[in-house]
Parts: sequence; C-alpha cells; structure tokens
Amino acid sequence: MSTRLASGGRLIDRSVLVEFTFNGRRLTGHPGDTLASALLANDQMLVGRSFKYHRPRGIVASGPEEPNALVNLGTGARLEPNQRATTTELFDGLTATSQNHWPSLEYDIGALNNVVARFLPAGFYYKTFIHPRPFWKHVFEPVIRQSAGLGRAPKDRDADRYEQTYAFCDVLVIGGGIAGLEAAHAAARTGARVIVLEQQPHWGGRAPVDGLEVGGQPAAAWVEARLTALAAMDGVTLIPRCTGFGVYDHGYVLADERVADHTPGDGRVKHRLWRIRAARIVTATGAIERPLSFPFNDVPGVMLASAVRDHLVNQAVSPGDRTVVVTNNDDAYRTAIALVEAGLSVPAIVDARTAPTGALIDRARALGLRIEVGRAIAKVAGSKRVMGVALCHQAGEGSVIDEIDCDAVAMSGGWSPVVHLWSHCGGKLLWDDALAAFRPDAARPPVTHDGGPMVIAAGAANGAGEADLLSDAHAAGRSAAEAAGHKARKSAVSAVSNPLDAGIGAIGVMPQGAAPKLRAKMWLDYQNDVKVSDVQLAAREGYESVEHTKRYTTLGMATDQGKLSNINGLGVLSQALAEPVPQVGTTTFRPPYTPVTLGALAGEARDAIFQPLRRTPIHGWHEAQGAYFEPVGAWRRPYCFPRGGENHDEAVHREILNVRRNVGLLDASTLGKILVQGPDAGRFLDMLYTGVMSTLPVGKCRYGLMCNEAGFLMDDGVVARIDEQTFLCHTTTGGADRIHAWMEDWLQCEWWDWKVYTANLTEQFAQIAVVGPRARMLLEALGGMDVSREALPFMHWADGTLGGFGVRVYRISFSGELSYEIAVPAGQGLAFWTACLEAGQALGVMPYGTEALHVLRAEKGFIMIGDETDGTVIPQDLGLGWAISKKKPDYLGKRGQERSFLAAPDRWRLVGLEALDGSVIPDGAYAVAEGTNPNGQRNVQGRVTSTYFSPTLGRGVAMGLVRHGPERLGEVLEFPKVGGGSVMARIVDPVAYDKDGVQQDV
Amino acid sequence: MLILTCPYCGIAADETELAPGYEAHLKRHGPGSTDDEFEAYMFARKNPKGVHFERWRHAYGCGKWFLAARCTATLEVFGTYPAQVGAPPPEIIARIKARRPGWEPSA
Repeated sequence: MSTRLASGGRLIDRSVLVEFTFNGRRLTGHPGDTLASALLANDQMLVGRSFKYHRPRGIVASGPEEPNALVNLGTGARLEPNQRATTTELFDGLTATSQNHWPSLEYDIGALNNVVARFLPAGFYYKTFIHPRPFWKHVFEPVIRQSAGLGRAPKDRDADRYEQTYAFCDVLVIGGGIAGLEAAHAAARTGARVIVLEQQPHWGGRAPVDGLEVGGQPAAAWVEARLTALAAMDGVTLIPRCTGFGVYDHGYVLADERVADHTPGDGRVKHRLWRIRAARIVTATGAIERPLSFPFNDVPGVMLASAVRDHLVNQAVSPGDRTVVVTNNDDAYRTAIALVEAGLSVPAIVDARTAPTGALIDRARALGLRIEVGRAIAKVAGSKRVMGVALCHQAGEGSVIDEIDCDAVAMSGGWSPVVHLWSHCGGKLLWDDALAAFRPDAARPPVTHDGGPMVIAAGAANGAGEADLLSDAHAAGRSAAEAAGHKARKSAVSAVSNPLDAGIGAIGVMPQGAAPKLRAKMWLDYQNDVKVSDVQLAAREGYESVEHTKRYTTLGMATDQGKLSNINGLGVLSQALAEPVPQVGTTTFRPPYTPVTLGALAGEARDAIFQPLRRTPIHGWHEAQGAYFEPVGAWRRPYCFPRGGENHDEAVHREILNVRRNVGLLDASTLGKILVQGPDAGRFLDMLYTGVMSTLPVGKCRYGLMCNEAGFLMDDGVVARIDEQTFLCHTTTGGADRIHAWMEDWLQCEWWDWKVYTANLTEQFAQIAVVGPRARMLLEALGGMDVSREALPFMHWADGTLGGFGVRVYRISFSGELSYEIAVPAGQGLAFWTACLEAGQALGVMPYGTEALHVLRAEKGFIMIGDETDGTVIPQDLGLGWAISKKKPDYLGKRGQERSFLAAPDRWRLVGLEALDGSVIPDGAYAVAEGTNPNGQRNVQGRVTSTYFSPTLGRGVAMGLVRHGPERLGEVLEFPKVGGGSVMARIVDPVAYDKDGVQQDV
Repeated sequence: MLILTCPYCGIAADETELAPGYEAHLKRHGPGSTDDEFEAYMFARKNPKGVHFERWRHAYGCGKWFLAARCTATLEVFGTYPAQVGAPPPEIIARIKARRPGWEPSA
C-alpha cells in the first residue's frame, strides 16, 4: 500500500496537519503536499476512471503532464473540474471528488465498455454509427452525450476575481530549475531586465530530487544561493506558481500565476494573467519522462520512475513497500537507489537493455539490487492496484519466465525535452537518436521582429545532458541578453559534478515482439484509452500522417495534450510504417501548454466593466426617469420612457403622438459630429459625398450620402457650412468613429497634399432635438435668439442664445415635424435639457426614445442606414438619385456604381408597403414571385426593410426593396410569414405621412 | 501580436494599438478606368508567403497611417515608413534585399 514514511520529505512541514476530503472521506496531509502526494499518503491509489473504457486510474506523474488524476476541486461557486491533483497544492479544507464514473469510483457501470473493448476500436465513431441513419440522432448521440465528458461544468457564477497585468523585459526565462536560474543569472549580470517564471511554488526543479551536486555543493544549497543573488539584483523579477503557457509573435508571452488557488477566499485574486513582452525568451522548461509500453501498464500503482522519486524525496510518500523498477535508461536507477535508501524494497530492476553500464548501475549492484537485463514486463497483475509483475525477454513475444510480487511499478522510457514553447511560434525540431527524443533545432528558431531568434532553449529543454546543463543554460542567458542589446561579462559557470551518464535504449513496445493480445493492453494515452494496437490499426488502415493518426485514434488529444504519449505513439507509428521517426514527423504544438481557466483569460472584463459604455451628458437623467435602454454601438440610448404601468409599445405610441401633436425632446448627442476644415475642405467633401458640398452657402445645411469605393451606401447625415473653410459633418450614431477614420485614411494616404484637417467633436457637444408643431413655442419660452421661419428657415443653422445658453441651432428634421436640433457644449447638456423640459411643460413636452424616432422617420419614408442599407444597396436603389451629383467627374463610389450589375434596371428599389388588412408586415419578410429556384425554394422579388405600427395613421407602415418597385405602384405582393400564412401588401409611395412636407417647413 | 514602430511618433506599438489596412501601394482607379483596372484596384489582393507591404494605422496612438514591410511567414519586420509615398523607399528595399537575397520587388 502507498503510505507516508516516518522521516524525510524535503518540502513538507510535519508539524502542521492539513485536513481535506476526497469523495467525502476526511483525510489529512501536510503543508508542502500536493493533492496527489496527500492521496498517496492516505493509500488512495485509485483516483479516477479513463474516458472510454472507464478503467481504474491511479496517479502516474508528479507534474502538469498527469493524465489520470483529474478531480473536481471545490464546491458551488468555487467548483473547478479537471484539476490535476499533481499540481494542486494541498490546503486546509480542500474538497475534491473524482470524475467520469457512475455510480461510484469503486463500482462503475461504464467499465462495461472495458469488457466490450474489442468492439470499440480506434475510429469506432466513424465506423459504427453511420447506419441506419436515423439511429445517430435518436440512439447513438444521446447515449454518447450521456457518457461523454470528464468533469462537470460548474453551475454557479465564479466567486473569485481574476486580474491581468502587463510586464516588459529584455530576457524572459521560463522555468526556475537550475538551468533557468543559471540562464537568468547570466542574463541579469549584463544589466538586462529579467523575469523568471516557475510553475511550481518552489524553485530548483528536479535537481534537488535527483541528488545533483552543483558547484561542489548539494543542488538545494546552490539553488538557495542563486535565488538570493538574483533577488538582490536590480531588474530581476522572480515569479513562482506561474506557468508561461504560450509564446506568441514578437516576444509576446502569456503566463498564468496561480495566486490564491491554495488560499481560496482570502480576498486576493485567484489567478493573475501576465502579458509579457520580452526581447528574448529563454525556455528552461526541462524534460518530461515517458512511460514504457508494456501490457497492463495502466494499472494503478504503475507510475513514472521520476514521480515515484519526487513523491519519495519531496513528500516522503512511497507508492508501495515493494517497487519494481522498469527502464530502458540509467535515470530510473536513481529511483531504485532512493527507494532502497529510504528503507523500502526494490525486488528487481528490469532493464530492457542487454548490457547497461555506468556509475548508477554499479551503485545499484553495490547495493545488492537484482538487475534483470534484456528483460521486459509481460503482464502487470491486479486491476485496481498492482499485485505483481510477470517478466519475459525483451527480445521475445512475452512468454513469462518469472513472476515477482510487488505493489508498485516505477517505469522510465527516457526523457523528452519540453519543446512546446519553442514550437509555439514556429521553432523547428530535430530528432536526436541519442536522446530518443525531439529537441529544438537551434538553426531554425522562431524569429522575432528583427529576424533574430526569439526563443533560446536552455538545459534539459534543449536536450543538454546533465554534464553540460549549466554551461548550456549560461550560454543561453548570455546570448539572450546580448541579443537584447546588453554587453556580456565574463563569469564562471558552475558544473554538475555527478552527472548522469548518457545511454538510453530504443523506444518501442515491451516486449518487442508482443502478440496482438498483449499490444491491445499496452496503453499509450491513459486518459483517452489509446493503446499500441489502436495506433497500429490506424497505420494498417492507411493513416500515414501523424496528424491524421492523432485525430483517428485521439492519441494525445486528452487534457494533457500528449505530454506522456506523443513520442511513444510516434515510435509505434514509425515502426508500423517502417519509417524513421523524423520522417513520420510530430504533431503541432499549440498554446496553451497547460489548460488555463477561462476566468484568467477574461480577467477583470466582466459585469459592468466587460466593455466600457458610452454615455451622453444626459444619460443619468434618462436612468433616473426609468428609461428602457437599447445598445447602439457602445452607446446606451433610451428606447422609450415608460410612464406608470405602460408597456414599451404603449410608451412608444404615446411618445410618437406627442411629437406629432405637441412637442418632444430627443437626446441626439450620439450623432457623429466631425469638423472638416481647411482651404481644400470643400473639394475634399465633394469627393466624400455623392452630392456637391463645396457650393453649400455659409449658414445652410445639406443632406449628404457617403459611399464606399464599391459604390455601396455606407453613411448619411446633414452637413452644415460653418464658414468658408469649415464644415460640420453629421454622421449616424454608429458611424462617427468609422467615418472619421475613413476621412483620415483618404487624407493621409491618397490626397496627402490637400490642406484639410478633421476633428471628431462627437463627444464635445450635447445635441437635443426639439420636435413637433409646438417646438418653436418651446424655444420662444426659453427666450433668446430669433427662431422664426424668416430668421431661421428650414435647412439653415444659426448661433445664438436660448434660455441663457450659448447654442448652435440647426433647422433639420428627421421626423417630418417642425424641428430644431440644438447643440450646446457637453458640460451644459443636462442643464439645457432640463431647461427645455421646464420651458415646455405647459406645451406638453415629453422626451422620446429611439423607437419613436424610428417610427417617425418610417412614416415619412426616410431611410435608416442599417435598415434600408446592408452593404449591397446603392443610393440609386433608394430613390436618392437627387442627392447624387451628375456633374462631378469623381466621388468615392462613382466608378463602382458604374459597374453593370449596379446600373442594371431590374435592381430591387425602395417603395412603401401597405398591408391590405392594415397589419404590420413581419420585419425582413420576402415577397415571393412565381416559380421556384434550383433549390426548390420560391422565387423572391423583394423584402421588407422597415416595418412598424404607426399610431399616427392607425395602421402598419413599411418600406421595402422590390424589383422594379417604383414602376409597380398599386400592385399587391404576397409576403409569407414564418409559421404559415401570408400578408398581402400593396406597393405604395414610401412617404406615408405628410407627402408634401408642409409640417416640417413652417 | 505584432509590434510595429510608428514612423511618426517613434513608438514601438503593440498590435492592440494598431488597426490593419491590408495591402499597401494600391493605385486608385476612379471613373474612366477599365473594368480590369477597377477590378484589380478593388478586389485583387496579394497574399504572399514572404515579403509583403501593408498599411497600418496607429489608431490608438497618434492616429497616423503608416506602411510596413514584413515577412508574412516569419513575421520579421524589415521596416516601417510614412504612407505618403507611391512605392517602398530605397532604404526599405535595400534592407529587404539584405535579409532576403534574391528577392525583387514585384511590379
């Protein structure tokens, strides 16, 4: 059984007990434990079930590569699924539950899949569920959905906060093992600004566990000294618990700092996402040990040799009293020696190599360990935990030659450099036969903006052996600092005095000639249940590309993204295809290196600060009145102002009728206001608008249309000529920023010699529309400038004062009523609005919202950008030919409009539509024509673009685009409704109210 | 997340400060142009793997449009320059040729 030893454990504090629960069981551990080590200390070997066959799963690893020990962590608003027990720091009150089983971890009905495993081969989804067709929807999919998924998504809102922060440095070192610390030190000595990230809460990586001696002292002491030195240096930032998970263009790195995962609810942010710009990046990310592919290598109790060693040395936890070590390399001997030195027994070291030699092997022999060379594991006995192993010849087919009782197996298939971050931005890899792994190809690095290498790999991540580890890391740190513009200084490099001898056997299966039955029990990917036989099947079925094999078998597609399984799977595939590994290639590494919680990516961008809102100076008043708002771009505009028990429709109708009968106020501050000034301003606007603006007299307003170069209408608005060289261009609310940018684009990039400046004044002014037959009376009640028809005719503007406010008044109308749009400096907007309300009280003044605005304009047949236009409509379609100059040789969009299909006579053009029964035609409804198209759908001849109930007219009003529309006045069209039935509507003039325009020109 | 140096204000600007404007050095064809000319101006865009000239605007900075020469495959930036030119300046061409021997500007 797995247990806590009486002594040892360099990271734990035995004086403090920490309580936690697993599946409701109350257990204890110590500070310094991971959840995994604490579970092992409590003999909780079984921690989960695999994805497909629901086989029992135990802890395999001791780091982020863990594929099995995924748990639901926390409860309620702090529930997080799929948390790796091996990287979860233990804390008092931690609650964890296991995943992917029903009804319980011990007895799981889904394990029936395991019994029928031979009917669930690789690609079984693609093969099995094709026929009969209806079965997919009604049988297969519901069953698969029921059984799919590991953890459960939390139902409650996340109780925690997350934040993001920015950092800049010359050299970013990712990885705080001895290589990372050496690289950081070498870089920092040049004066470079250095940031060092370490994913664990403690520094030094594997070296202290492996018993390395660095610079003549134990690794732990060297690490302490280096940390002290680095902490004392200017411009060095050390961040533990922080995983650099993605490398992006030009030295951009994202890193996730787990600030308070181990202290939940203490008021700090849970995670901090670092957005780092580094001139150069050093990846000192170490290496990950690979499993070995022997039969039943997935039984709980079979662990990576390094994980056994980690748990033993760091937390004094042994996975069993008797541990068989299986290896193809020297490093696993360290585990055997460490176990024996801790007083545990190692019945045998099973070494696949025929004649291993080296210092560690000599040491194991000297300790009297039984070393079985040229041997393999034929079988692991036990189901929910290891009971023993059977040995066979590695060269043979798996005939059992011996059996050994044991309760744990420590396996090592060699070490793979962690090349993920090197590869994220295009760094290429080399296959290294001596390592039996891919390592970074320094000749083909990812490059940064200056063309130089962006990432430099260091230490084990670069494939360096232990003897060269620090010199490699030192060189990486120095050259990174030099590339960032710092001058390197000579300094001595510490040496590892007891390095591991190189020497690794070939990758492959164990035993090498295993029969199919055994290969079907050799797990490559523990989480997704991908076995050696699955990859071989894929190869037989023609999946020669590793990318296809991956998707067909799901190898490496689990939450660990193949950290353990990729190289072994490649080895199997390369043998099956009889091609060397480099030819088979490897899959693409993409960010993130480890899963990142969505909370960290969202950061503070939630609730009210998800998106900054734009508010007019009068916004607060609208809120106080209980206005119902609608989003218009980033603005929030009042849709209507309900009174008493009114619903929105009733409020809108009241507001409309009040504008038509009395006077209404509209907050039009969101309208774009762009000042265009300079000697060439008129010439410039003649190019931008389809009409002529240069001839507009000072003091007058003119309606204008803007098209893009393709000819399509993109914005409209009223232009006022302020003086000889100055125009104020109104744009739509949503168009202000876009149109300003559009103007700047042409001025800067095409007509850069024209003397014109633009300024977007949208937020500098509040603009209030006073609209209705009593609008003039309201302004006269305010008192001030002459607003009579004679002094200020329709489509004129004037400066003056009203009610003591300095104002600019435009006599323009978007409603068909007598209308003044009055601009005041933004700071006076609310005061002027309030003054208008007071002055208009006796006149029945009411504010109105955007919906009333829409209905008022639709009754008058005025178009709305975004309703009547959709990016495929030209002004000619909308009957706006009068606003297009025929004389001008050029304007933006003129050439586009000359294209044959835009000049064609059968385009859909604007008309009014009036339902025969007076109803409101559904928005977006299509008018059907005779016959069907090649898809068997009814032909269409038009569509509704705006449709409202008009309280003024007591019936529906609508506009639409209809083929040959204006030539077909009086014709009746059929508009089918969603859900059956049709509306019959007559083609009429778009102007439904006050055709002669007498109301607005009074 | 590119970094491009704005040639007007000299700031090495993060991509989040910039707005893209696609291919640079397009010649405008207005009224009087042939259908082929207009099609080339409106629609035919280069999408090379390698050296490319692009328009960028320092939208959340000085607001100026500028042009950038960069490699679309490696993201190496050969240089940025003001937009008020009809063709890439000679020093930019020279820098590209130094970094990409054999490269020639297309017509």
